[in-house]
Amino acid sequence: MSGPSSPPSALVVGKLTPVLTRRWATPDAWRRETYERLDGYRALRKALAAHQDDLIQLVKDSGLRGRGGAGFPTGMKWGFIPQNDGKPHYLVVNADEGEPGTCKDLPLMTHDPHSLIEGVIIASYAIRAHNAYIYIRGEAVNAARRVRSAVAEAYAAGYLGKDILGSGFDLDLVVHSGAGAYICGEETALLDSLEGFRGQPRLRPPFPATNGLYACPTVVNNVGTIASVPYIVLGGSDWWKQMGTEKSSGPMIYSLSGRVNNPGQYECSMGITLRELIELAGGMQQGHQLRFWTPGGSSTPLLTADHIDVPLDFESVAAAGSMLGTTATQIFSDQDCPVYATYRWLEFYHHESCGKCTPCREGNYWMVRTYQRILSGHGTHADLDTLLDTCDNILGRSFCALGDGATSPVTSSLAYFKQDYLDYIEGLTAPKLSNKQLAGAHS
Amino acid sequence: MAFSETTELRAKEIIARFPEGKSRSALLPLLHIVQGEQGYISPDGIAFCAKTLGLTKAEVGAVATFYTMYKRRPTGDWLVSVCTNTMCDVLGGRRVFDMLSEYLDAGHDQTTADGKITLEHAECLAACDYGPVMTVNYEFFDRVDVETALGVVTQLQEGKPPRPSRGSRLCTLKEMSLQLAGYADERADALADGVAGEATLRGHRLAEEHGVAAPEYDPDTPITARQGSAKPASSKEVK
Repeated sequence: MSGPSSPPSALVVGKLTPVLTRRWATPDAWRRETYERLDGYRALRKALAAHQDDLIQLVKDSGLRGRGGAGFPTGMKWGFIPQNDGKPHYLVVNADEGEPGTCKDLPLMTHDPHSLIEGVIIASYAIRAHNAYIYIRGEAVNAARRVRSAVAEAYAAGYLGKDILGSGFDLDLVVHSGAGAYICGEETALLDSLEGFRGQPRLRPPFPATNGLYACPTVVNNVGTIASVPYIVLGGSDWWKQMGTEKSSGPMIYSLSGRVNNPGQYECSMGITLRELIELAGGMQQGHQLRFWTPGGSSTPLLTADHIDVPLDFESVAAAGSMLGTTATQIFSDQDCPVYATYRWLEFYHHESCGKCTPCREGNYWMVRTYQRILSGHGTHADLDTLLDTCDNILGRSFCALGDGATSPVTSSLAYFKQDYLDYIEGLTAPKLSNKQLAGAHS
Repeated sequence: MAFSETTELRAKEIIARFPEGKSRSALLPLLHIVQGEQGYISPDGIAFCAKTLGLTKAEVGAVATFYTMYKRRPTGDWLVSVCTNTMCDVLGGRRVFDMLSEYLDAGHDQTTADGKITLEHAECLAACDYGPVMTVNYEFFDRVDVETALGVVTQLQEGKPPRPSRGSRLCTLKEMSLQLAGYADERADALADGVAGEATLRGHRLAEEHGVAAPEYDPDTPITARQGSAKPASSKEVK
């Protein structure tokens, strides 16, 4: 399956289900008028005429699970918000996309921002929130520009503000840009950042559902999750469940990058396999054979060519020893070194660790150094034990999943590609890093 | 140094975005506007934020130094960021960074001698389907190699900023910082600049070519009402 781009079969193309991506190619879909012509804000009218609890039940019935990586059932999350508690409720959209390999939320916000805003209004109405925030990654300037413009348009049209469409429901929506910190994609770190602090995770419990923004009940949802809501309101839960599998319902945007002929965004029914995705992407590039890949970003354990037929839904990927994560499918070939790839990811986790928990802060620091030693040809066999020991001391011993995620590429690459490590240690592979690089690294 | 009246006014506007008594939430956008006026977070900028929000300078400094987009030294008009996270690195991003670093005689987070360009390597910029990528003031240049990256930087040096692969035409880092604080881009057409990239639309186009679509839905599918959950009494007819 390696060679010049080859067209996919009709059978595989039939697995494409453009729902969230369907407006992306329409010029000016980011403008309100165009969005309205394409069913836009129709779900909002329908939702505002329904009871809030029925909307929560609808989302529960759809089986929608969070698109930000963890896959938590969205309706259940909304249902955790205590009602009649006298406290303000908040909806916070996590638009801090940055998990290595992940690139689906930025195009959604750039090309179809109103679908996110419509979802925000419906979700806020359902959980009885009158203030919502979109926390968008600082670097995502182009997406933020479009979202801010869409919010202004929505206010002007009476979709936001007081007495929305005469329903009596009020909602204010603020778009808040971050300032460059991967950790703020973690929901409690995001909340601290939104409160004006360093973005560091909070100890849970209590969970954001009861003690979130300003210690009030808060729902934090990913962009793709919220943008799915208007479609579910329009088409109903049975329609939504026609796509995907029993426990992983709906369409999913798979982001393919790396050694395929046509990398890009492919929205498919959940449960498609990597073999089919590679076919959609025109096959592997000439001279490249699949060797390893991430099913959902660098924090999900690596899989290999043996896993090419694993259905990419939450349950099946977990059964194969990894996680569906953000469906950021990074595809590497026999030309790429799993040890070097892991080293670069570790440098990332080391750089992005917020420093709050010792195992993550120190563990990643030392693992980077161990990798540098191995890749410069000075590694020892004991280094491999040290790496596994370090992972044991990070996994499950930090407040948030960043530390856990950092161990994923290490333990999985050691499980599948130990010989690659040994070849550096035993001098069979030429060093990939020079001593000169070592001296200058992290100065 | 005192900040301009405009900045003082904007600070008040930003605080008003948040609930009463929650003014600290304004700190990140305030730091963006301070950087928008001075090009970096100066000690004066920290003092300004502290005074405006009733925080100590240490509290503001702790936040300013946590986030990579707040620069601690004066920057150039152009911030060139090269992604060197794993995917972009193996596809050639590392070579691009090393070459630019040598050409500009500037390392990570350093500014050229003429003060025009600041170089940095960046972690994943969420455009892996266009890798290797670099950005100038956070606008994307896709699938760069040593040659095209050098072309971009040369044009910046010549005062002829190139058009990004997607997104809006370039503005300076100070202007961009104001947008980050939530102030609309003042350039009339900037919002409409750029079309969706090829990789973004691949799945969509493929489905279109083959006449494939998601299952049809009836937009009037009723929302099931549970017993006793008729419309809330307070709600009025939706227009």
